[in-house]
Amino acid sequence: MNHIETAVEFSGLTRIFGDFTAVDQISLAVGRGEIFGFLGPNGAGKSTTIKMLCGLLTPSAGSGTVGGFNIMTEAEEIKKNIGYMSQKFSLYDDLTVEENINFFSGIYRVPREKKRERKEWVLEMAGIADRRGALTKTLSGGFKQRLALGCAILHEPPIIFLDEPTSGVDPISRRNFWRLIYAMSREGKTIFVTTHYMDEAEYCDRLALIYRGKIIAEGTPTALKQEYMERDVLEIEVEQVVDALEVLEQSGIETAIFGSVLHATVTDAGQESQRIRESLVKAGLKVVRIEKIVPSLEDVFVTLIEVS
Amino acid sequence: MFERIKEMVVKEFSQVFRDRRMKAIIFVTPILQLLIFGYAVTTDVKSINTAFYDLDHSYESRELGRRLEASGYFIITGTPSSAKEMGDLLDRGKVLAVLQVNKGFGRDLARGVPTEVQMIVDGTDSNTASVAMDYSTRVINRFGKEFGTRAGIQRVVKPARIDLRSRAWYNPDLRSRNYNVPGVIAIIIMLTCLLLTAMAVVREREIGTMEQLMVTPLKPVELMLGKTIPFALISYFDMALVTTIGVFWFDIPIKGSIPLLVLSTAIYLLSVLGVGLFISTISRTQQQALMATFLFYIPAVLLSGFMFPIENMPVAIQYGTYLNPLRYFLVIIRGIFLKGNGIDILWPQMAALLLLGVVVIMTSSLRFRKRLG
Ligand SMILES: Nc1ncnc2c1ncn2[C@@H]1O[C@H](COP(=O)(O)OP(=O)(O)OP(=O)(O)O)[C@@H](O)[C@H]1O
Ligand SMILES: [Mg+2]
Repeated sequence: MNHIETAVEFSGLTRIFGDFTAVDQISLAVGRGEIFGFLGPNGAGKSTTIKMLCGLLTPSAGSGTVGGFNIMTEAEEIKKNIGYMSQKFSLYDDLTVEENINFFSGIYRVPREKKRERKEWVLEMAGIADRRGALTKTLSGGFKQRLALGCAILHEPPIIFLDEPTSGVDPISRRNFWRLIYAMSREGKTIFVTTHYMDEAEYCDRLALIYRGKIIAEGTPTALKQEYMERDVLEIEVEQVVDALEVLEQSGIETAIFGSVLHATVTDAGQESQRIRESLVKAGLKVVRIEKIVPSLEDVFVTLIEVS
Repeated sequence: MFERIKEMVVKEFSQVFRDRRMKAIIFVTPILQLLIFGYAVTTDVKSINTAFYDLDHSYESRELGRRLEASGYFIITGTPSSAKEMGDLLDRGKVLAVLQVNKGFGRDLARGVPTEVQMIVDGTDSNTASVAMDYSTRVINRFGKEFGTRAGIQRVVKPARIDLRSRAWYNPDLRSRNYNVPGVIAIIIMLTCLLLTAMAVVREREIGTMEQLMVTPLKPVELMLGKTIPFALISYFDMALVTTIGVFWFDIPIKGSIPLLVLSTAIYLLSVLGVGLFISTISRTQQQALMATFLFYIPAVLLSGFMFPIENMPVAIQYGTYLNPLRYFLVIIRGIFLKGNGIDILWPQMAALLLLGVVVIMTSSLRFRKRLG
């Protein structure tokens, strides 16, 4: 990865709404061509950060550049060099697919001779070439999302901000969407993407975790797992998950529900698994299996958030 | 710059013509409003229920009663036989006016001695009352002349709150419709233009496309023009539509110059669009925009001289009306329609309207710009 050239960098970035600090002095650098994942729970400040970088919100404090342009003074230059897809669906529902593309192509001033080509590219990329005349509101979520992405990058910007691009989309569409992100990254585009989904986080080159307006961890997925997971994670399959969670938390073991199983973070898997089995059995619960697993990013983040 | 604005305008039109609600606002409501106002809001007074309290029972008194009815403005619906009965009719609202002819009226007329009749009018509705007074005065005067006497006429009004207006000047047959329809056109255009502008901008904010537009290199001025030009054109279209209906359906004459009307409409629309934009900068949702529109629109209509003359308002409010674009445009449009006024007479109103428009548009665009920051 080429970290010599930075596409996005900022420091001390802060945004205050009234007396509430939504983003609190965060600093980051994103290299050109990277897929940078920005993770955090609801209300952590992800969208606020992206909006400041795109020139939609004025930072309360801090400085930074996007594509080499100052976010405080050169917002208009930045706008020519970025694509932005907001968290909210943002095409005109009452226009046809083609009308939406034509409109944004005009607004972004795609040169006349390239308009057709770009339009066909978007239709192709979104897989809706046969529905060009359909009203956008009749498309399903996944197609809409890809069309929105297409419209946001009609002008082929080098830097792309995606704010939860795959929320509310089925898993297959999500996978397709990520394929597009990879393809763009291979073309040398920088992608700054926020997400809730941990599996998506694994696809990123680098990650930052934001929580309550502060960045609490940063690094490649592998590094994060190694660095923050000195302890072991035990996966516990038990019939009454909620009861088991209560028992373990009472005995002071850090535990969280992951789907239908529990993950317990312990210092030594060998010793603790026996102790856990005993206390669950004593509480009259039926243990199916307990095993040590390789921690996922989700384990890392749950631990990190509990610590802070 | 022009390409982007063109792109915005094209998009806006596609949206408007696909949206049933918008189409209704553009095509249906202006026509409905004009028809309703044109028919219902006539202040013409006709067939006023009248009691004839005849104490004289002479040929002359009966003749006066007949003349009153023959004028077409009064119908005699009661002939009370006592003062109490007469009072009851008025109190209960059975009649709006009473013609009282005292004993000796016929005799005095015959002798050529000054005499009097009383016209008692229910002044609750001051407008109807003053019109009834005017009409009856005419009938009685003519009757007096014909009978060769200077019959003095005493008028008693109850309750005595009447302001006589001399506005029949330019509208001699007192066709209130001629006077009202141009005003109605002005308020219809205002409402349509305000609603369309305020709603269209706020709707984009609601669905999130405004944010999308703001991260494009679209300049604030392009965004603003793109959002106002379509509605200026539509408002013009509506102006033409309702004016045509006014002229051909309601037979309203346009005495003045049509190019002048077109020009002054442009100036008027400038401030209305400005207010619409301003509303869109202070509203988050379409409901809020709707509320704000009516919060502006209703006082703007009430305090414009559309229904109540501005001279009768408290002085402080009179000053406030200088900020009301409708105030100026009403004078202009009525002047052009009814009096055939030219720019030589209307220029102060036009200049004031232009100044107001420029200030409002500037203020709104500054706010618009800030929102982008
Ligand atoms: N305009 C605003 N005025 C006041 N508070 C705001 C505003 N915008 C955001 N906030 C607050 O700032 C915090 C961060 O919001 P932000 O939208 O950045 O979160 P997020 O990480 O994107 O969350 P989500 O995953 O829900 O999208 C939230 O608590 C939110 O309520
Ligand atoms: Mg968000």
